[in-house]
Amino acid sequence: MDGFLVIDHVSKSFGSLRAVDEVSLTVAQGEAFSLLGPSGCGKTTLLRMIAGFERPDGGRIIVGGRDITALPPEQRPVNTVFQNYALFPHLNVWENIAFGLRMSRRPREEIRSGVDRMLELVRLSEHARKRPAQLSGGQRQRVAIARALVNRPQVLLLDEPLAALDLKLRQHMLMELNAIHEQVGTTFIYVTHDQGEAMSLSDRIAVMNNGKVEQVDSPVNLYEKPRSSFVASFIGDANFFTGTVVEMQHEGYVRVSVEGLGSPLVLSNGTVSANQTLRLMVRPEKISLMLKRPPSGERVNAFRGIVEDIAYFGSHTRYRIVAGEHSILAQLQRSRFSGGDIDPVRGTEVWMTFHPDEGRVVMLEGEA
Amino acid sequence: MKRSWLPSLITLVVVVFLFAPLVVLVMNSFNASRFGGEWDGFTWNWYEKLWAADEVWESLAVTLKIAVSASLASMILGTLAAYALHCFRSWLQDVHQMLITVPLVMPDILMGMSLLALFVISGVETGLLTIWIAHVTFCLSFVTMVVLGRLQDFDFTLIDAARDLGATRTQSVRKVLLPLLLPGVLAGGLLAFTLSIDDYVITFFVSGPGTTTLPLRVASMMKTSRSLPVINALSTLLIGSTFLIAALSFRLQRRT
Repeated sequence: MDGFLVIDHVSKSFGSLRAVDEVSLTVAQGEAFSLLGPSGCGKTTLLRMIAGFERPDGGRIIVGGRDITALPPEQRPVNTVFQNYALFPHLNVWENIAFGLRMSRRPREEIRSGVDRMLELVRLSEHARKRPAQLSGGQRQRVAIARALVNRPQVLLLDEPLAALDLKLRQHMLMELNAIHEQVGTTFIYVTHDQGEAMSLSDRIAVMNNGKVEQVDSPVNLYEKPRSSFVASFIGDANFFTGTVVEMQHEGYVRVSVEGLGSPLVLSNGTVSANQTLRLMVRPEKISLMLKRPPSGERVNAFRGIVEDIAYFGSHTRYRIVAGEHSILAQLQRSRFSGGDIDPVRGTEVWMTFHPDEGRVVMLEGEA
Repeated sequence: MKRSWLPSLITLVVVVFLFAPLVVLVMNSFNASRFGGEWDGFTWNWYEKLWAADEVWESLAVTLKIAVSASLASMILGTLAAYALHCFRSWLQDVHQMLITVPLVMPDILMGMSLLALFVISGVETGLLTIWIAHVTFCLSFVTMVVLGRLQDFDFTLIDAARDLGATRTQSVRKVLLPLLLPGVLAGGLLAFTLSIDDYVITFFVSGPGTTTLPLRVASMMKTSRSLPVINALSTLLIGSTFLIAALSFRLQRRT
């Protein structure tokens, strides 16, 4: 396996709990990579094993071709930005950033220039003499990043870097983190439970659940082509249908009879076989809404429902529509349906359609 | 809202109870009357007598020697004990915790007697060394409790951060843990110092013929009314330095 950071069949148990279960990942040099998952999925344990705070029960961790599995944290070419920043309260900003260089006994001149360069990178030069307690949340975060980056780590680990910030600041730091990553070109590993954060920060994301990696992919692919229903529902919103393949049509299209929905659905997927039970996923914004029954030529995947709830978000509007036994979430960019100028209200009967290519077959719960 | 006079009254009563004896004592140290029953005019006489009383200064030197060395020793041992109690858990640590807390609640007279019994059995001659051992024994508990309290507030991710930045285990303790614990260690040390300086009961049991600490000396002086006003003068000086030390300790406690 090639790659800059290689995690090779790494496992870790706490008592009877398998926190990380045979995880293998490969991260390229300079990549911004995220470990994404709900709390307790093992992402933080995996991060702590890369940093050296936890020893894996099995497997290897390799950075830049060197096996670091057995090294203590101080000998790893890896630095961490902690969730609560863990700045040293008895040292000022300058001394906090200099800590790592002092530990490795660099010459005085190198320490000074290194720290000053980092202060400039995170734009904190005028706060160099302040104690961490005198800084705002965003400034502390930037000190934490500078303190880690000044050691020129081969991999920078960031544990929930934005969780402690308020919404406005979070969006600002998101941009800043991307800019810093671009500037230093170090491999960044983010750990986060926030899918929005992961999507906008990373080149690739590993979605974790119950100690296992469900899918590793680019943000676009995770959203557009989720492999499991867990990934589909964790990243964005999704409508799920369970059904059985009733007919294999030409050009890879299949007809699926869905429980609790009047008409069968058609979707494009070559990997299913006849009579197979499958789970089908459609994103809310892929569903079009119409007031009238669509003309027969566009009547693929058309089904009827009653608007139950409307939520207006400015840039888009969300509708909850009841169709048979299903409650379907649809999202429109505009607040009007096509095929009529009247505003939709609760109780309006609507038709929903989606293109066969927009439906995705995802793994059923428990399928590997 | 109408303000009640009750809280002010209670405060006043408490203040009077606490400080009236001290005020009387300080006044008597400047009172020309030997018995302090009535004001006979101002005098420095007792302070001059005190200045000339060599045996008082000798015992003060003994007391300070013991207090400084015992509080230093208990600062080191107490910090180590607190660290062990905080970081490691086992049945042995539960026993350890109990052993550390017992001197806090055990009557001094019991402790003094048992220490004396131990010294007699083991053939150690009572004197400076035995007083020092006894003082370290009870000071240790207080230092441990103060440092343990600070350790419970300590964020151990700071140690992770130090290790992450290249510090070895020892370096992370020296550069991060100790500097942050220092105010607590010093506060515990000051507490130990004040406890050691005025201990009478335990010291009474374990002191030897040649070594007399200040509290022991004062107690023996009390037997003769002639030296009572001298004790007042000495006490006034002690009150002054105690207030100074208490203020210093308070400032250390508040600094984080």
